[in-house]
Amino acid sequence: MVKLQINGEERELDVAADTPLLWVIRDELGLTGTKFGCGMSLCGACTVHIDGVATRSCVTQVGDVEGSAVTTIEAVSGKAAQAVQTAWDKLDVVQCGYCQSGQVMSAVALLSENPKPSDQDIDDAMSGNVCRCATYVRIRAAIHEAAKLMEA
Amino acid sequence: MLAKYFDSENSRDLQSAAIATTVAPAPTRRQFLVASAAAGAGLVIGFKFTGGNKMAAAAQADGFAPNAFVRVAPDSTVTVMIKHIEFGQGTFTGLSALVAEELDADWGQMHPEHAPADASLYNNLAFGQMQGTGGSSSIANSYQQLRQAGAAARALLVQAAAETWGVPAEGITVKKGVVAHTGSGKSATFGELADKAATLPVPAEVTLKDPKDFTIIGTVVPRPDSPAKARGQAMYTIDKTLPGMLTAVIARPPVFGATLVTFDATAAKAVKGVTDVVEVPEGVAVLGHGFWAAKSGRDALEIQWDESTGETRGSDQMMAEYKKLADKPGDVARQDGDAEAALAGAAKVLEADYEFPFLAHAPMEPLDCVVQLGDDTCDIWAGSQIQTIDQAAAAAILGLEPQQVRIHTQLAGGSFGRRATPQADMVSAAVSVAQAIDGRAPVRLLWTREDDIQGGYYRPMYFHRLRAGLDADGKLVAWQHRIVGQSIMRGTSFADFMIKNGIDQTSVEGANTLPYQIDNVTVDLHTTDVQVPVLWWRSVGSTHTAYSTEVFIDELAEAAGKDPVEFRLEMLANHPRHAGVLKLAAEKAGWGEALPKGRARGIAVHESFNTFVAEVAEISVAGDGTIKVEKVVCAVDCGVAVTPDQVKAQMEGGIGYGLGAVLHDAITLKDGRVEQANFDTYVPLRINEMPEVEVYVVPSSEAPTGVGEPGVPPIGPAVANAVYKATGQRIRALPFALHGLSAA
Repeated sequence: MVKLQINGEERELDVAADTPLLWVIRDELGLTGTKFGCGMSLCGACTVHIDGVATRSCVTQVGDVEGSAVTTIEAVSGKAAQAVQTAWDKLDVVQCGYCQSGQVMSAVALLSENPKPSDQDIDDAMSGNVCRCATYVRIRAAIHEAAKLMEA
Repeated sequence: MLAKYFDSENSRDLQSAAIATTVAPAPTRRQFLVASAAAGAGLVIGFKFTGGNKMAAAAQADGFAPNAFVRVAPDSTVTVMIKHIEFGQGTFTGLSALVAEELDADWGQMHPEHAPADASLYNNLAFGQMQGTGGSSSIANSYQQLRQAGAAARALLVQAAAETWGVPAEGITVKKGVVAHTGSGKSATFGELADKAATLPVPAEVTLKDPKDFTIIGTVVPRPDSPAKARGQAMYTIDKTLPGMLTAVIARPPVFGATLVTFDATAAKAVKGVTDVVEVPEGVAVLGHGFWAAKSGRDALEIQWDESTGETRGSDQMMAEYKKLADKPGDVARQDGDAEAALAGAAKVLEADYEFPFLAHAPMEPLDCVVQLGDDTCDIWAGSQIQTIDQAAAAAILGLEPQQVRIHTQLAGGSFGRRATPQADMVSAAVSVAQAIDGRAPVRLLWTREDDIQGGYYRPMYFHRLRAGLDADGKLVAWQHRIVGQSIMRGTSFADFMIKNGIDQTSVEGANTLPYQIDNVTVDLHTTDVQVPVLWWRSVGSTHTAYSTEVFIDELAEAAGKDPVEFRLEMLANHPRHAGVLKLAAEKAGWGEALPKGRARGIAVHESFNTFVAEVAEISVAGDGTIKVEKVVCAVDCGVAVTPDQVKAQMEGGIGYGLGAVLHDAITLKDGRVEQANFDTYVPLRINEMPEVEVYVVPSSEAPTGVGEPGVPPIGPAVANAVYKATGQRIRALPFALHGLSAA
């Protein structure tokens, strides 16, 4: 049995401690917003927050996050999250959308730490999140837009 | 990827051949839009209602449904049945806009939804009687059809209002979803009129708007799928769950064409959660409760393969063989004048070889498919790109009629061509797994990223040899283009229609359609015999032909002592739309203006799928030789831009997708084994490499053409030409990474 604190709830799950957090989130808890893209921490589609830090859930063992707060796209909230999602809507960032949960989670983590990121800061924080539709132009613009929204 | 190769005549043949015995449900009363696709750019669509007494009643739901595409609910929601899969390219937005325009709906009330698989209603008019998405054809083939569907719904709402209010229909206006009569001051929503509209006969004819009266087409409308996708709420195939569903992964042969000898499932079955290990035509499937169990089970599987039947060559060896073939003439794809004689008489002759690797599509959502078998039914949830073929393939495996196979098309996390195989590989594999467990439980088949990268269906590897001659005045007088590579279509059910006189059109398009005015042109082709499964990849033949032709033209311009833009324009007098985008991109990019040290520009122009795109790439070269594509200026002529912001988005995305491939990507084989496996070795473009992009859309009243693919072809040659300008190095073998050119 593994204890998991996720999206504000305590869950006790009958899974092996070395199961990747991603598959616990998706297959055990039925939270499908967090996506599978590579399984090797190379694409960022599976990004969640662990104690507020953007983390790739596909290589994170569920047993290792006991005692930490896991937040998925379904429950991400607060000023930065609201600003990011509003900016994403406004600029119509998405295309296929599959990577965007991860992009949003990484962007929220960035803006929570650094409310006025430079282009370089954005590159550093977001280059772990692959978008095969290459919506990068709009991701960059939307992060700047979200920073403005947070100031307002 | 398909549309341009079909005309109405052969697509009917294709239907009967490709899916013989399997498709052809009788046309229903609802099939009132009759299309005849003309060869070439435009579609001529007749609009014919069957049965003048047809009532606009909805089949089941409340509200009304005047045709197969539009439903108006009592709450005024307008559901648009979208016949083309949404995988990012914006069909939900574009097709909804066509309906909303003629319906005079409010954008906020539009609700796109994937149509079911039913080729009698939802066929791609450019494919004949086949439902499917490809060839950047969604908007082009729907432009008249969905406007007419919207106009018919509007006419019924107006008639319903006229009868309800006892006023003449002529005095009624519709604006942003409100039907109003100024004289009487009456107004109503669509929902309020829906019941009455459902009792009225569908009009025999409708008049479409004059484009000058458009209020939605040509404007920026928000994507209806944006909010859900930014909040993790959009549902894809991988997210589908059914009671009792098992997850499956398949162990496939280590080399293409190898066969299964035997397997030992003992260790796999010992993995907690694994339920079944079964043989399927694709390999050995491991099923279990959840992905992790299935995947762990597969890791524990012991399999013996017979590789003697497989493809054991390396890609280097194949390329060497291709190169040798290029010494001999191939099957002629185009012949104007006498290129050989003109070369012999030319003042200057240039020759260059170009090499293109296999490429994987690598959509973000790895391939996946959910199947549930019933007694005489099969339900499929998938990002189905050619529903009619997927439906036929599933039916053939199960011994069902195609109508017994229901496909629930899901949003897909990208495709770039991968989800459209003539072999229906994705759906067939999942159906086979479900069948192997006798339909005991619904099955969700997943591909891992490694399965995706190593699983074939690549853009083929190609070798090109170009020779051209200039006369003493620097005029291009001879052009010889030889292409060597695999045929995408050979061996598939499409072969009879897409291979003519030995020429697979997908191998030579963009080369045999070279637009430049040259008196002597030969384009020929050697089709090679290789067991690696190959497939169209976003912009298909133009992925390689645009590169070799546009880089070679740049070499020739230099040899002729002319500016690359001027050199091209002199030869484009008969191709005003090529010339138009070329001039526009050059002007907006400040072509010819001085740049800071270490910066250079390159340009390329290419037409694909009847859309014309020119791109100017501006690059920088750092002290350590690292190159960065700083900015791309793009001009696109796609006829009427239905949703201009989505045109822009597709150009941005096409540029990024194409750039990633030319900078980094190659699928290589060693002893038949694919050397790449995941995003560490098959390197995707990341945000730090994405250039700034400016897109200019040429104002046009021509019929709209597609934008999903045409942004891709020019970026490679534009960047290569800029790299030459900056470094003196001509990149003739892709990717750039082979040449020690790293990108920042």
